[in-house]
Amino acid sequence: MIETQNINFYYGDFQALKNISMKMDANTVTAFIGPSGCGKSTFLRLFNRMNDLIENTRLTGTCLLNKENIYHKSIQVDELRKKVGMVFQKPNPFPKSVFENVAYGLRVNNMGNKSYIAQRVEESLKAAALWDEVKDKLKKSAFELSGGQQQRLCIARALAVSPSVLLMDEPASALDPISTSKIEELIHLLKQKYTIVIVTHNMQQAARVSDKTGFFMLGELIEFNDTKKIFLNPEKEQTQNYITGRFG
Amino acid sequence: MNKKTSQTTAFWIFRLLGIIVVGILCWILGFIIFNGMGVINWEFLTTAPTEGMTAGGIFPAIVGTLCLVAGSIVFAFPCGVMSAIYMNEYAGNGWIVKFIRIMTNNLSSIPSVVFGLFGMALFVNTLGFGDSILAGSLTLGLLVLPLIIRTTEEALKAIPDAYRTGSFSLGASKLQTIRRVVLPVAFPNIITGLILSIGRVSGETAPILFTVAAYFLPRLPGSIFDQVMALPYHLYVIATSGTDIEASRPIAYGTALVLIVIVLSMNILASIMRRYFGRKVKTN
Repeated sequence: MIETQNINFYYGDFQALKNISMKMDANTVTAFIGPSGCGKSTFLRLFNRMNDLIENTRLTGTCLLNKENIYHKSIQVDELRKKVGMVFQKPNPFPKSVFENVAYGLRVNNMGNKSYIAQRVEESLKAAALWDEVKDKLKKSAFELSGGQQQRLCIARALAVSPSVLLMDEPASALDPISTSKIEELIHLLKQKYTIVIVTHNMQQAARVSDKTGFFMLGELIEFNDTKKIFLNPEKEQTQNYITGRFG
Repeated sequence: MNKKTSQTTAFWIFRLLGIIVVGILCWILGFIIFNGMGVINWEFLTTAPTEGMTAGGIFPAIVGTLCLVAGSIVFAFPCGVMSAIYMNEYAGNGWIVKFIRIMTNNLSSIPSVVFGLFGMALFVNTLGFGDSILAGSLTLGLLVLPLIIRTTEEALKAIPDAYRTGSFSLGASKLQTIRRVVLPVAFPNIITGLILSIGRVSGETAPILFTVAAYFLPRLPGSIFDQVMALPYHLYVIATSGTDIEASRPIAYGTALVLIVIVLSMNILASIMRRYFGRKVKTN
């Protein structure tokens, strides 16, 4: 479960996030929607501290993962990132074999011996609905897979280190419709075990996959509610305008 | 001129210039091979010069050059690669890095004879290494350091950030990311820098002039504190200040040929390595 309280975030002098407080429940899919540059990806990247990699940024407010402040001094960032997996906009498998891609997180975190790693790789590929397609080419380069397969490989890679949260930053925006629907089906399955937060440009996708939806605009969380409510009967006029396509 | 003729003319100019460049290169190579081939035989490659360097072989100079190449690379390659890693992966984009980068570029434009003098002052005299393989290798190493730093930096820059963020997002540390993802991918291009450096080091004369090269030393070095003969300096000596310049002319061409072959074969070896690692990266 993720909870944020009064989050403000700055790139230099530019305030990208304004006083955001929200709660994302376990085993639910929360979608962030909003126009480009509204801060939804920035907000997502706070949860595994990927924004730490960007220079000259500043954060105020609290961000809790299972009641623990993930920006507290005692938190080790690599331990946090094991618990909070991430899938990026463009599939970014490493230039390694299919097997080594999934095993990577286990290896860098010294998780288990050879047979355990092999077992986890298989489990993760199965969980990412990719095992049947790649079981005969585990030693082949990940670059030989299709774009959609590569993205599911990246999901398997994130699952391998047994996270509890999965962050997805527009995971299907670089994929064709068939691959997209496979990813969406996968999100439905993964929900049973993981807390999923997904940023998407595609409103139909948000409507299809998520339980809750937050609408962001200019760094503010305009509205956050059950997905059904947001799409059928939003409270704010801006949400209504965005959803009906009047801007964005 | 209409579009088509101007395009044809432009292509012909490019083609001609290309042919000229390649032609000159072939001419030089052909000239050296034609003049030098005659003296090359087993004895030439495996014995020391005799008769005031007008006869015999160049074996000590070959060994000397190989020692200097190995010594300078052993010093400069790790230093250069690590500096580049520091600059590209750790240091961010602050003024320190900018300063180091400017200084590195300056370093690469310093004439090599200045490196020679510096090497003599620092390694030979101040540090007391004397005229030795150690002093010569370090001087040559300094000379190619900027080249290695720059090519490595370019190799690292060419790697998409998506690999790094992907690795960080799985809980990998910076060092793990560099070791397991960044370096393996960059390696083939880093090797290119190594190839260029080897070529540069084996051909340089000025830096070894005051730091290691011996005029005539017909034996093999016993330690890194020994002087050695080296191919480029030997070539210079027998072409300009030998005991009988006319008589040693064929030997000079032979020496040049050996030098070229050594550089060429190191380059070929390095490109095989480059290709091998390039393939290995994709599947491993």
